[in-house]
Amino acid sequence: MHIHKYEKYWLVFGVTTLVAFLIILGIGAFHQGSHPNNGKKTLDYEKVKETAPFDNPGVHKVEGKDWDYEVVVVASAFNYNPPQIEVPLGAKVKFIATSEDVMHGFEVAGTNINMMLEPGYISEYVTEVNKVGEFLIVCNEYCGTGHTMMHSMLKVVDSNESH
Amino acid sequence: MANKKKSDENLKGSLYAVFGVGIIIILLWVYCFDLFIGRF
Amino acid sequence: MSHTNSMTKVDRRDAKLAMAHIYVAFIALLLGGLAGLLQVFVRSGQFTLPAGIGYYQVLTVHGVLLGLILTTFFIYGFQIASVSRTSGTFTDTQRRLGWIGFWLMTIGTAAAATMVLLNKATVLYTFYAPLKAHWIFYLGLTLVVVGSWVGGAGQILRYVQWRKENKASGQRSPLLSFMVVVNNLMWFVATLGVAASVLIQLLPWSLGLIERVDVALSRTLFWYFGHALVYFWLLPAYMVWYVIIPKVIGGKIFSDSLARLSFMLFLLFSIPVGIHHQLTEPGIDGTWKFIQVVLTFAVIVPSLMTAFSMFAMFELRGRELGGRGLFGWFKKLPWKDARFFVPFIGMVSFIPGGAGGIVNASYQMNQLIHNTIWVTGHFHLTIATAVVLTYFGAAFWLIPHLTGRTLSKSLNNLSNFAGILWATGMTIMSSAMHIAGLIGAPRRSDYSEYGGAQQAYDWIPYQIAQAVGGTILFIAILVIIYIVVKLAWFAPKGDEEFPVGDVHELSGPTPAILENFKIWLVILVALILFAYTVPIIDIISNSPAGSKGYQLW
Repeated sequence: MHIHKYEKYWLVFGVTTLVAFLIILGIGAFHQGSHPNNGKKTLDYEKVKETAPFDNPGVHKVEGKDWDYEVVVVASAFNYNPPQIEVPLGAKVKFIATSEDVMHGFEVAGTNINMMLEPGYISEYVTEVNKVGEFLIVCNEYCGTGHTMMHSMLKVVDSNESH
Repeated sequence: MANKKKSDENLKGSLYAVFGVGIIIILLWVYCFDLFIGRF
Repeated sequence: MSHTNSMTKVDRRDAKLAMAHIYVAFIALLLGGLAGLLQVFVRSGQFTLPAGIGYYQVLTVHGVLLGLILTTFFIYGFQIASVSRTSGTFTDTQRRLGWIGFWLMTIGTAAAATMVLLNKATVLYTFYAPLKAHWIFYLGLTLVVVGSWVGGAGQILRYVQWRKENKASGQRSPLLSFMVVVNNLMWFVATLGVAASVLIQLLPWSLGLIERVDVALSRTLFWYFGHALVYFWLLPAYMVWYVIIPKVIGGKIFSDSLARLSFMLFLLFSIPVGIHHQLTEPGIDGTWKFIQVVLTFAVIVPSLMTAFSMFAMFELRGRELGGRGLFGWFKKLPWKDARFFVPFIGMVSFIPGGAGGIVNASYQMNQLIHNTIWVTGHFHLTIATAVVLTYFGAAFWLIPHLTGRTLSKSLNNLSNFAGILWATGMTIMSSAMHIAGLIGAPRRSDYSEYGGAQQAYDWIPYQIAQAVGGTILFIAILVIIYIVVKLAWFAPKGDEEFPVGDVHELSGPTPAILENFKIWLVILVALILFAYTVPIIDIISNSPAGSKGYQLW
């Protein structure tokens, strides 16, 4: 099979570029721990309200863990509990969320927090909230007529005090 | 292997054009990667 | 490859079968396009749907008609004509399979569409469980898939017959027929996933035979099919680019072997990559997600090869016509010929479309855009421009070829105008979608001010831009429908050419291994087993209690 010289140059360049992208992504993921939500824990989606930690949704300061705060969120058609989240600037926060019914999204607009919430599974994402502001939380997976009524707000405040 | 003449076909324009495509791919990817890194 | 007589006509009986598919495709374009227009109006915030019609119902109509029906029916119309043209007239049995497939798909479409219109299946075209549609919706989609198997088998049988009849000659099989077979084999293997999900899970569940379904499994089976689906749309466009366009511009196919190799690579890498649509969801291990990301990057390689082949084909022809310097050949191309110009716009849009796709597949970077309207912008460049403009460019000669008419000069010019309108509207709409997506605007969402949040206000100007672009696109659709109607029934009678390119003299012989389907299918199965066995075992063995159905619309 004959391949033109320039086509070889191009394929070498193209494949090298793709490999470079993969190496950057791979180092980010497996060396620096930058993964998307890969939550493995499961629960009974019909008993979310009785199952820890979802029996107590909200923002909780924690000690002795790799993160400072846990934000526990229960999504159901068509709202989030808690309806608003406030965390201090610079805190390392673990978002823990699940759905009580259908598929929902948990997207914090303008950030990398973007998870699918699947009934029966716990979605998790740890990040350091390093920017002050109000970040709109939207459901970004169609869940029914009230889909766009489903929103919340993440407030990152410049203070070391939790509420 | 096929005729040697094939390699001499003037495809310089194609070479530049595909490299242009490659640069678009890299620029968009780097721009998005930078956005990703800058967000929490 | 043998030199085909450029005026070879598709047999009238095969033409009728192909046209039946094409009629359904363009009816779907008109209705699906109208649904799209309503959506962009609603999202602009300036318009509300008349009482009783829901935004998501309209969105379901748009996705099903354009994503599933327009594509599948046009592809089959084009493929039937292509196989008949390059391998020879179908036997009665092969053609009967084509008609059975056509009617199964059409009845299935009508059944599914009825349920959507009755608001019993407002589940969007991806029908994610545990939203539960009426069982007739799932049955209708099943008929579409089963019909596609029957009709596709007819096409493959014609190719097999050619191979048998020409065994002694030692010549390579007709390139266009070969490509059709690759696309159909990929489709058969891919649809097994969605068929399993619908037949084992969703259909019995919607009938009340089983109470619960495993949601993670149904999603994984859906996406096992879902990414190959987009290549099923794309490969017929590549057939036009590789085989038809060279003839249209008066040039030659740059390389027969590279064309076949790229199709075989698509066959291998279109399927074991579906998990890149599930990067932000729980229940799948990060390592396996990353492995499928790597496989996804492999499927980019045949598109890189295609990019070079296209430019080379253009450059060789342009230089033959006297184009000088680095890019002088570019000006020599037949810009006024709609059969070239309209698909060419499609090729150009595949550059940003493909580049955006690489971002989407980039593992953790997927969080930047997942389920934002960036994704909608992305696939409106790929499927809704690169692919469909190529289909339209093909329809402009295929329809008159099949109906015994010709593409007149005025219709040709009007087609170019439609292409420019499409490019304009799509540039506005898709750019607005990409930018709004990067600042967080979600896809598949009704108009909302999200409780007055500042970020949601920032999205609104882009939504208005989408309405402007979408309106221009709808006008382009009306022009295209007008052209199609003219070509089918009113254009001047005559013989329109079905252009099939010949291979460049210097392309070299094609290795026989590229026609050995057994080898490639074995590799395909091995890749699928590698990519999916562990994730699916994980999902099944860790699965929580299944889900009951919900109707939240």
